[in-house]
Amino acid sequence: MTHKTHIRIGAGAGYSGDLIPPAVALAENGNLDYLVFECLAERTIALAQLEKLTDPQKGYDPLLEDRIKAVLPICNKKGIKIISNMGAANPIAAAERIIELAKELSIEKLNVIAITGDDVLEAIYSNEYQLLESKQPLATIKNQLISANAYLGLNPIVTALKQGADIVITGRFADPALFMAPLFYEFDWDYNNPELLGKATAMGHLLECAGQVCGGYFNDAHLKKVPQPESIGFPLAEVNKEGAIVITKIKGSGGMITKSTCKEQLLYEIHDPKNYFTPDVIADFSNISFKECSTDHIQIIGATGKTKTKKLKVSIGYRDGFIGEGQMSYGGYQAQERAQLALEIIKRQLEELGLSKYESTYELIGCNALSKDQDAKTPLEVRLRVALRTRTRAEALLVGKQIEALYTNGPAAGGGAFKSVRELIAIQSILIDERIPTIQYSLKTIPQ
Amino acid sequence: MKLGAIAHSRAGDKGTISNLSLIPYKESDFEFLKEHITEQKLKNFFKERIKGTVTRYELPQLAAFNFVLDDALYGGVTRSLALDPHGKALSSYFLLMEIDEEAYFNYRKSIN
Repeated sequence: MTHKTHIRIGAGAGYSGDLIPPAVALAENGNLDYLVFECLAERTIALAQLEKLTDPQKGYDPLLEDRIKAVLPICNKKGIKIISNMGAANPIAAAERIIELAKELSIEKLNVIAITGDDVLEAIYSNEYQLLESKQPLATIKNQLISANAYLGLNPIVTALKQGADIVITGRFADPALFMAPLFYEFDWDYNNPELLGKATAMGHLLECAGQVCGGYFNDAHLKKVPQPESIGFPLAEVNKEGAIVITKIKGSGGMITKSTCKEQLLYEIHDPKNYFTPDVIADFSNISFKECSTDHIQIIGATGKTKTKKLKVSIGYRDGFIGEGQMSYGGYQAQERAQLALEIIKRQLEELGLSKYESTYELIGCNALSKDQDAKTPLEVRLRVALRTRTRAEALLVGKQIEALYTNGPAAGGGAFKSVRELIAIQSILIDERIPTIQYSLKTIPQ
Repeated sequence: MKLGAIAHSRAGDKGTISNLSLIPYKESDFEFLKEHITEQKLKNFFKERIKGTVTRYELPQLAAFNFVLDDALYGGVTRSLALDPHGKALSSYFLLMEIDEEAYFNYRKSIN
């Protein structure tokens, strides 16, 4: 426990590629105690794992260096602690790289703790599990496995903070846990109190997509106007020891925090609001309401929770063939009809090449790519798009090749051909006992 | 009259499950939406896309709904062939749903 009675936690990123200047502004003017960067999408760790296989010193977030360079001097000066899952598949290498960067920035004192243990590939390998999505046994994809990472709860981060970390760098954790840990550390909250865990989860959930609660991904032309949309600020939470939580942003930043932006973000990516499963608690958002305390200051009221399930979700990354894609534009006179003609030509050609056995999509962007449930009026321009999921790269290459050949062989006046092939890394999940991961802490310091 | 004239929505994805929030601009429209925007109506509206069930969760104190569309993302973001694999645009597509203008007008009159 520390002596603090209230703290301020900022969200520095909502995904791995997110903008850096709003995070710098938060560090500079947010009067923060903590700055959290949530950077791991579902598939990111699997891709990072592949990178680590080719270079054992890699496998952490590609923007780690840019972010640390931009915020570390400010955070170090102001005593702001940083928590991030930018360690991805290699938290220890990330911690070592942060120490190198800190030395280059002439920082004289720094404790970085890397937490590992989320990687459970070996531990699960010889056991039987059912994949939650396909309902098939894990054994059916065993030869294609790349990664298995458990969504960990907040306790290891609290432990790292107790050990004196200025920066905690992790792999896979439940997104809200990154934001929740400072509350349990600073206020010595009881980890067995589902209500406090539920409140903290709601806060983490609102912060974890950064700009999305500040009017980002909200704006429209008429009914939902957002001020200064070109410079949306990132959010922070003011929290006191008693558990009152207010979401706000720094003065002068663009965007807005209103009851409406909070409602959209609260329901983002959740299913049953009564039962939001996390490693720490089954959060209950069903009685949440928002109170506008003042402009851009929204209090979260009524979040609670129930005792956790003691199961952890594990993301399984595996190779799943290739996607070959091609696109071509048709515009002007009878654009849609010519695009449709091109579509049928490509379909017959790919059938001839023996590819009709694969799952495919044939669509006209501008008419029916989003939905085939409505009839679109003839647009000025449409774009043919064909994508197939194939077993081999060579087969995937054929899709774009055929589309490109529409230039000289297809209907009149097609343009702007595009082709791509990518290896498909798919994700499914299993549930494991929470005692399976072995958590380890690696401390890297300046001075050594 | 389109749903988008009285409510807003954001889509989220988890695996192959899509969720669509539905939030009326006027909190007092909650009861109108509760009556008119049913699970069955979504199932019909997205018939080509939703392979599974539709579940509606009501949050009256928030004046909001959460619709969960099972098996609606062609395999989900990591393996879907869709142009918008997350189904992000499903929220604004949802707002194209027609609502009965006269019924809405009468509802507003009845609560004022």
